[in-house]
Amino acid sequence: MPFYVSPEQAMKDKADYARKAITRIRSGVVMTCDAGILFVAPNPSRALRKFSEIYDRIAFAAVGRYNEFENLRKAGVRYADMTGFQYDRQDVTARGLANWYAQLLGTIFTESPKPYEVEIVVAEVGKIQDDDQIYRITFDGSVADEHGFVVMGGQADQVAAVLKEKYSDGMTLSQAFTTAIQALAGPVKGEGAAGGETATTSPPPSSRWPCWTGGGRTGRSAG
Amino acid sequence: MTYQTRTNGRIRVGPDSYGRQLPGPFLAPGTSSFTDFLTAAAPELLPRLHQAATGVMPAGGAASGSLAADLPHGTTIVAAACNGGVVMAGDRRATAGNMIMQRDIDKVFRSDEFSAIGIAGVAGIGIELVRLFQVELEHYEKLEGHALSLDGKANRLASLVRGNIGGAMQGLVVVPLFAGFDEDTGAGRIFSYDVAGGRYEEHRFHGIGSGSVFARGALKKLYRDGMPAEETVYALMQALYDAADDDSATGGPDLTRRIYPVIATVTADGYEQLSDDAAGEYARIVVEGRMEAPDGPPVQLSLPSGSPGALPR
Repeated sequence: MPFYVSPEQAMKDKADYARKAITRIRSGVVMTCDAGILFVAPNPSRALRKFSEIYDRIAFAAVGRYNEFENLRKAGVRYADMTGFQYDRQDVTARGLANWYAQLLGTIFTESPKPYEVEIVVAEVGKIQDDDQIYRITFDGSVADEHGFVVMGGQADQVAAVLKEKYSDGMTLSQAFTTAIQALAGPVKGEGAAGGETATTSPPPSSRWPCWTGGGRTGRSAG
Repeated sequence: MTYQTRTNGRIRVGPDSYGRQLPGPFLAPGTSSFTDFLTAAAPELLPRLHQAATGVMPAGGAASGSLAADLPHGTTIVAAACNGGVVMAGDRRATAGNMIMQRDIDKVFRSDEFSAIGIAGVAGIGIELVRLFQVELEHYEKLEGHALSLDGKANRLASLVRGNIGGAMQGLVVVPLFAGFDEDTGAGRIFSYDVAGGRYEEHRFHGIGSGSVFARGALKKLYRDGMPAEETVYALMQALYDAADDDSATGGPDLTRRIYPVIATVTADGYEQLSDDAAGEYARIVVEGRMEAPDGPPVQLSLPSGSPGALPR
């Protein structure tokens, strides 16, 4: 290790390292539709997951190094359960969680020798599609509030270009799913979303992770 | 009270708004238990029951006894296995001494999709225990990706009850009744506890609380193995009525205010609480029957053939 490294150089090296690592990984897509929020990503593993429930209406998605985002996922679940326990279930919000993740990732980026090679999305399904929230948090702790759809990792620009063309508000679930698959298949020359993983944050909740408040969009039908 | 914060080697952060060292316990790999996580990250959030176990207990026993008498206590909870699951029912009365503190307190709760918990004893601590248990089960399932086995849930509850032993010794006794649907066997199972955290599996039916002796006596005569859920609900309603009949701390169905026992079934379809209307219907049937037979439906008792001969004169 050199005796002195300028902060600019250190930060630039870390950022380049993380960015390069993330470009190498396969993209994932998060998009809102009438039934809720859809997550799609290619996943060769049957046991290891890229998406997870965090709380009643909040889900977590990540791309990157598995052990790192798995750590973040667990930390998020702990934060959410503690906040919900300390106050009330409805006081746990994606915004609060996103801010917390930003703080966490920012600190990790600054203080540890190697940044986390991850890009995460925290999403909360609202009562109507307009109230859906999607937050993207990058490896250095920047938070972005997204609308409609988000592409994580990999060849984000190319996938996003396809989605920008095809995406529209108020798509049904099946339309959204088809669009996501097409967009992901595009840059990866045909092997795209084979063996992919999808998850939807919408009512009724999946039987593996029960939601209690039974919150969900009323009067919204799944595609 | 001091506690160890474990920091994940390379990450050291200043205190956050809670004054804790983040993110140590949040990022540390290891336990999927919410209670253990709280102990490391924020022990002050744990219900008093846990702190009482490790902290200082007041010197005088008399003072703590009167404290317990002033706090609302919850009473009869009954559970019975039915065909394909289990049913749990609890009355709605909370008393402190001779005063009724609440007419419509809930003492039976959904702990997770396939289990139910009812509490007897000091209501305030019981409700905190239930809340912690609910988060404990949900937390595990979210972290691990699959739910605990029914035995695992029962064991976890035992340690939570054990954590209250300090409070129990001060007179703040809380005892739960736990029942769940075992997905492996397809049957309902019932567990009772003592204040030391002992866990006992009960078969067929069980009851806890001040009115439980009367409820269990009634169930001895009313219960049959393998009854469908509806008949089991009816039997439990009768049992709670008998408990309320003989125990002042147990409340019977209040038809004027439409306050009925909380009744929940746990089957392969999950936890389901009877609506007020449905519970009211069962309550109405019970009460109407009691108009004719105040002590409840009589058991047809007949001597088997080949019985001893006529009584001696």
